[in-house]
Amino acid sequence: MSDWVDVCAEGAIDLEDVIRFDHGTRTFAVYRSADGAVFASDGLCTHEQVHLADGLVIDDTIECPKHNGRFNYQTGAALRAPVCVALATYPARLNKGRIEIEI
Amino acid sequence: MFDIERPYAPRDYSLTGPENERAIKAGLASAQWYHSDVPRKLMKELMQRRDGPATRDTAIWLGLMGLMALGGIAFWGSWAALPFFAVYGVLYGSACDSRWHECGHGTAFKTSWKNDVIYQIASFMVMRNPTTWRWSHARHHTDTIIVGRDPEIALMRPTVIAKAALKFIGLPDIFNDLRALARQAAGIISDAEKDYIPQSEWPKAVFWARIHVAVYAAAIITTVVAGSALPLVLVGGPRIYGTWHMVLLGLLQHGGLAEDVLDHRLNSRTVYINPVSRFIYWNMNYHVEHHMFPMVPYHALPRLHALIKDDLPPPNASILDAYREFIGALLRQRHEPNFCARRALPPSAQPYREELHDIDVARGQGGD
Repeated sequence: MSDWVDVCAEGAIDLEDVIRFDHGTRTFAVYRSADGAVFASDGLCTHEQVHLADGLVIDDTIECPKHNGRFNYQTGAALRAPVCVALATYPARLNKGRIEIEI
Repeated sequence: MFDIERPYAPRDYSLTGPENERAIKAGLASAQWYHSDVPRKLMKELMQRRDGPATRDTAIWLGLMGLMALGGIAFWGSWAALPFFAVYGVLYGSACDSRWHECGHGTAFKTSWKNDVIYQIASFMVMRNPTTWRWSHARHHTDTIIVGRDPEIALMRPTVIAKAALKFIGLPDIFNDLRALARQAAGIISDAEKDYIPQSEWPKAVFWARIHVAVYAAAIITTVVAGSALPLVLVGGPRIYGTWHMVLLGLLQHGGLAEDVLDHRLNSRTVYINPVSRFIYWNMNYHVEHHMFPMVPYHALPRLHALIKDDLPPPNASILDAYREFIGALLRQRHEPNFCARRALPPSAQPYREELHDIDVARGQGGD
């Protein structure tokens, strides 16, 4: 059964940026798009164990900081080698100025 | 680490030998590497992609190549063609490497298709299968100069200096590269390639190998039919007569430095070089910086260097200075095979992370 989990205040993530969010034994990447919408995905790249929170958000993609593989962080689709396996994504929402993700 | 008294045993640099397993057991594969601290806000600025610098540089690069080719063709048969081909050769046979590299990372241009187009063109020029080398370079960044893991270790110890010198005229590299392309065109992916290329990518590797082989075959046939060497001087030949600049700087990237470490300050080299070479090499002389932060485009590397240089060993002051260190290390390795050049860090730098390197690779065990 999934739960909505509080991540941070809305303003803690710049527009078109990403942060790391650890919860229990799991790690996530939480994004704000250029228009302020929020998204969440697994934190580690599916190619190597590299955290995407150190990567670059470009439009609706996240680029891995180690090998420059790209995912669409809104759908999880793998867009550019060396990533071939899609990224798991999770529902995210704004609730009274806080970002929450459902995991 | 760097125990030069340790009994020396020749290493197996292949990806299919015992060193691969040993590196994995020692924790050297897909490991955490040292990074200098850069505030996120600054790093985001440095990582930003732009089309302007690479579009300008590519226009100059291809425009000059075209002009030099026209000059060489116009004076073909006379000594006057030589200077044209000398320049054409370097633009083709050396600058292709840096364009292949930057566009392979996807950082040169902001627009993805521009990276892809130049990557394909440069891959052909440098005689590298664009698919297999994309994956080999990803592994090179994961496991930089980790023996048994990194498929792009240019100099394997004990280094035969005369053999390394042949690289300046593309030997034996182009024969190895062409043989690999022919094998891949026949549909054969080697065991080493299978170690770092997922099976889903193999058909692409075969496809691009066939394209490259077809173009080279066309150049050879045209040469024979026309009874003139000109087609091969224009296509393929520059990997022999114009590759020296790529090798001159490429050998300095990691040559004479440490193997099996997890700190790029120990196995990569930053060198101050002249502006012409920086144009040809697209700032890859900032090699420590590039390996620490591969997301930073070539045009932002000088700024990144200025930001973190106090955490890095002092750069070599010139190509000559770097070669003194590099050749000195190779000569010393003849008597002390475990020797590698180790540069002192400035007082402002974080110390080398010794605990990452106290690893007995021969036993495949991490240090305490």
